Amino acid sequence: MRVLYFAWLRERIGVPAEDIETSAETIEDLVLELSNRTPRYKAAFSDLSAVRCALDQNLVSFDTPLGDAREVAFFPPMTGG
Amino acid sequence: MGVIIQKSAFDVGDQINAFSQNHTKMGAIATFTGIVRDNDNETLKAMEIEHYPGMAEKAISEIVQTAMKRWSLGDALVIHRHGTLEPGEVIMMVATAAIHRKDAFEAAEFLMDYLKSRAPFWKKEITKEAVTWVPSKQNDEDALDRW
Repeated sequence: MRVLYFAWLRERIGVPAEDIETSAETIEDLVLELSNRTPRYKAAFSDLSAVRCALDQNLVSFDTPLGDAREVAFFPPMTGG
Repeated sequence: MGVIIQKSAFDVGDQINAFSQNHTKMGAIATFTGIVRDNDNETLKAMEIEHYPGMAEKAISEIVQTAMKRWSLGDALVIHRHGTLEPGEVIMMVATAAIHRKDAFEAAEFLMDYLKSRAPFWKKEITKEAVTWVPSKQNDEDALDRW
């Protein structure tokens, strides 16, 4: 699946997007999996209260199952307007 | 309804005129324009606005559709820019058309409140001293409760 990172998460992880293979059931599980990759990922996901996530471009909570989703995105709270 | 996400600058006056001309049966047009504001020390060099292509259009369209259902609106328009902007530049605008002003004003405020914390945009301030991501404000989150 496609994983996207925005704003300081993108900067901390070092890539804007990547394609990954995962057997994670929920977004939470995927975060754990990613966090265990390298210290950069661990640092980016160290405080989940500062991170929001979207599944197929819908804002969702971390306990949402990945299901058949094609795209998951991680980003800080939005500051539009 | 119109939702436009673009990098280039736009003329607010032209947009309002075009929007108004399309709605001769509407007695009220309310508009809001957001401008890049310099800080108190006047050290802001630029504001970089990042967005999530695809989700930005989708999220804003959903917010506009909610407003169209909730208020009696003839139409609504949101234009939001991304990229690097300098102090004084227009970031975004909202326009609402209604038969009466109450619907136009309230819907415009609703749109602004939701765009603040539910549209996937992120702002990075580049000042003479530092480069920082603008943090979200609890006020902006609390503002949604009144709707």
